Amino acid sequence: MNKVVDIEKIKPFFKDGMTLMIGGFLACGTPEKLIDMLLELNVKDLTIIANDTSFPDRGLGRLVVNGQVKKVIVSHIGTNPETGRLMNEGKLEVELCPQGTLIERIRAGGSGLGGVLTPTGVGTIVEEGKQKLTINGKEYLLELPLRADVALIKGSIVDEFGNTFYKGTTRNFNPIIAFAADTVIVEAEEIVKVGELRPEDAMTPGVLVDYIIKGGEGFDS
Amino acid sequence: MIPNQELAKEIIAKRIAKELKDGQLVNLGIGLPTLVANYVPEGVHIIFQSENGMVGMGPAPEKGKEDKNITNAGGMPVTIMPFGAFFDSATSFALIRGGHVDITVLGALEVDQEGNLANWIIPGKMVPGMGGAMDLVVGARKVIVAMQHTSKGQPKILKKCRLPLTAKAEVNMIVTELCVLEVTDKGLVLREIYKDTTIDEVKSLTEADLIIPEDIKIMDI
Repeated sequence: MNKVVDIEKIKPFFKDGMTLMIGGFLACGTPEKLIDMLLELNVKDLTIIANDTSFPDRGLGRLVVNGQVKKVIVSHIGTNPETGRLMNEGKLEVELCPQGTLIERIRAGGSGLGGVLTPTGVGTIVEEGKQKLTINGKEYLLELPLRADVALIKGSIVDEFGNTFYKGTTRNFNPIIAFAADTVIVEAEEIVKVGELRPEDAMTPGVLVDYIIKGGEGFDS
Repeated sequence: MIPNQELAKEIIAKRIAKELKDGQLVNLGIGLPTLVANYVPEGVHIIFQSENGMVGMGPAPEKGKEDKNITNAGGMPVTIMPFGAFFDSATSFALIRGGHVDITVLGALEVDQEGNLANWIIPGKMVPGMGGAMDLVVGARKVIVAMQHTSKGQPKILKKCRLPLTAKAEVNMIVTELCVLEVTDKGLVLREIYKDTTIDEVKSLTEADLIIPEDIKIMDI
């Protein structure tokens, strides 16, 4: 029942060409120690699904700068000029997806749904190549589910079983991506014994979590 | 006379603040729209949403009192009011798309007389991504565009947007430093003008056709 492992134990999971989901919103709630590890492993050709590409020196933005990323599926790249530069040079594929659509695609991927219908993007270039359905007289786009090989999550307080509590706005994508990957790794700011986190405070149920590693205190650590 | 940039922003923010009604849930975009919070009239209590995952967003913290776990949609430290709540991104966009947000205020690159908005991409030049804007514009009950009337002297209020759209026919109101426009089925109606401008000046700086009613007011700021 104790899923806490040394970071060495999870390193073999990471391979070139794999798809990762990474929690965080402009690096708030991003597992920085796991990003450090990916930089060290220098795995390449990653596809990363996340809200944004953060900043060049923080969060998953560092993986972009280090040339490890082949494709990103995100809602925003404006805070990381390197993403735009690599995209313009044809070295990085960028799939931009409206934020609310992106999180619903992930939710669909993690909850056994074949897709979601959203009015967001109708009449814009976002609808290109997508199926449009009219429900009760209103147009919707069919947006397809997303899944990943591994989800990297940042938890504020995590018990040894993986039940995870998120402080403040660090929750963002984290509890949703926990459903949508084959392997779920939580970087815990604080690890507690089972029983110390109240079940009603488990924002991510521990059953979804495969491994827990001890992380630092936040995005500046 | 066209107000300088600093005064322009103040005029726009002050005027939009008067649109906010007690108890409304409001989402302010990054940049100029954020200034609206500074001018909320006395006795009007507004609940601000930040799409990264909170309602009840408060002002920026004092220097040295920042909490790394509480940031806004621009990644900057903020505070939360005692009645506020944090949640994940799927919940945040359920609030937005589900029609629970009363007003969203956004900036624009272009807006047109059909209520179309373009604010997320200049192909080949600037590709920040749409972030949550597409969902906000589609989902919020009232969409207010906050922007300076022209860019480098060129009109931004057009007959038809030339840039890729953020959303089709969703804008309800446009507030610039020169005027307040209402988007109607018949086109753009000039409702108010700034005290130091004229109807002719507004028309000369606007590409879109304007409907000029008899009873145009002076902007109440």
